[in-house]
Amino acid sequence: MRIVCPFCGERELGEFTYLGDAKPVRPVAGASEDEVFDYVYLRDNVAGETSEHWYHGGGCRAWLKVARNTLTHEISAVEPAAGAGARQAVK
Amino acid sequence: MKYSIFSLARAALSGHKNWQRTWRDATPKDRYDVVIIGGGGHGLATAWFLASEYGIRNVAVLEKGWIGSGNAGRNTTIIRSNYGLPGNTGFYELSMKLWERMEQDLNYNAMVSQRGVVNLYHSDAQRDAYARRGNTMRINGIDAELLDLAAVKKMMPFLNFDNARFPVQGGLLQRRGGTARHDAVVWGYAHAASTLGVDIIQNCEVTGFVRDANGKVTGVETSRGKIGAGKVGMAVAGSSSRVAAMAGLRLPIESHVLQAFVSEAIKPLLPNVMTFGAGHFYVSQSDKGGLVFGGDIDGYNSYAQRGNMPVMEDVCEGGMALMPMIGRVRLLRQWGGIMDMSMDGSPIIDKSPVDGLYLNAGWCYGGFKATPGSGFVFAHLLARDTPHEEAARFRLDRFRRGAMIDEKGQGAQPNLH
Repeated sequence: MRIVCPFCGERELGEFTYLGDAKPVRPVAGASEDEVFDYVYLRDNVAGETSEHWYHGGGCRAWLKVARNTLTHEISAVEPAAGAGARQAVK
Repeated sequence: MKYSIFSLARAALSGHKNWQRTWRDATPKDRYDVVIIGGGGHGLATAWFLASEYGIRNVAVLEKGWIGSGNAGRNTTIIRSNYGLPGNTGFYELSMKLWERMEQDLNYNAMVSQRGVVNLYHSDAQRDAYARRGNTMRINGIDAELLDLAAVKKMMPFLNFDNARFPVQGGLLQRRGGTARHDAVVWGYAHAASTLGVDIIQNCEVTGFVRDANGKVTGVETSRGKIGAGKVGMAVAGSSSRVAAMAGLRLPIESHVLQAFVSEAIKPLLPNVMTFGAGHFYVSQSDKGGLVFGGDIDGYNSYAQRGNMPVMEDVCEGGMALMPMIGRVRLLRQWGGIMDMSMDGSPIIDKSPVDGLYLNAGWCYGGFKATPGSGFVFAHLLARDTPHEEAARFRLDRFRRGAMIDEKGQGAQPNLH
């Protein structure tokens, strides 16, 4: 796999580290035990198209949101994760 | 058919043309007392223990492809019981004891070779951690020896002891650990289970669960039709989330790819199984002469059964750090298997929240050595509806209860286990 970083261009996989599924959202403070349990431990573990967080530690150190197929490793889209810098990305 | 020196002699006299099939390739019946999904080592071992230990012989093992075509055929064949945490220590030793009598039990040569497993240490802190683990093992009646540098040099004089960054200081040895021929383990359990009447059904993919009005699982829908079942057990590590999703379950599991490698055959070099303590690299030498080795999982979710270059490079660097003389040995084959990475690095063997459905999942990349033990305790659970005492901590609800068995202390980040 190679990932096209929206800030740096196409780079080899070794520059990136993986966080995982981008879908789970941290529950608000005071959320129920069920919601926290679900967020920390349960996973959809999708076989197919999925959206994930990757970190470009060997490059610009930006967090990226990558659309990837877990059955084929094909990457269909890469965009900066929400937050500072996202607007500066090369379109 | 019973294998012995006489059956071998008889077959030899007839030019080896009259061997019978090792196991029976069955067609599905309408209903079984127990249906096991997954014809890998764990599923077949479960069927055999159900039949042999618990007297339940109306059992089917359903396999999507051919038996042993998943992770049972994709591992590095290492067996050991050198675990440190309560829950793991006893369970893996139960499994080790079953390895030691497997071939007699099954009447099948699985080439179990207790050649010893040495985990090298490279710092004072690591020595202390290994000493502690060794003591834990010995307190639990498991063999362990802490080796100093001289003892390791005697066993493996060819290692690069003076590696500038990670000099070898010694190792933790479990002499009873070693390797087993992975395909023969699958065929052996299939042979013995089939002999006791278990139906092994290949090319039979489960596509859904049959539920009654109360939601209880009463059978499975498959590519070869509907099959009724008193109980259904899942032993489909790598695909647990996908199969469980058909019953509406979400599991504390992610699927990750783990690569393994084998070199071209070389003359006898490595007498035992050896692991590098400063990176992640484990290696043994097969009877054909190839070095069989592996390291970390790739680190991203995958169902693709193939990995990428960074981990391949990392694994080979681990090998070169210890054995620089293998630098010119060519890599013969490389493959990937899909691991059920659980949230604490330990397995789940439990009833599922769905009545009639039982889970055997979350083996991370430690499933092969667990094969006999996993089959034994899963058969116990299916037969008795209560966990076997050595698997009593492998419960699905342990994450909610905060009772993790986190051997590596990494927390709920599956790609770090």
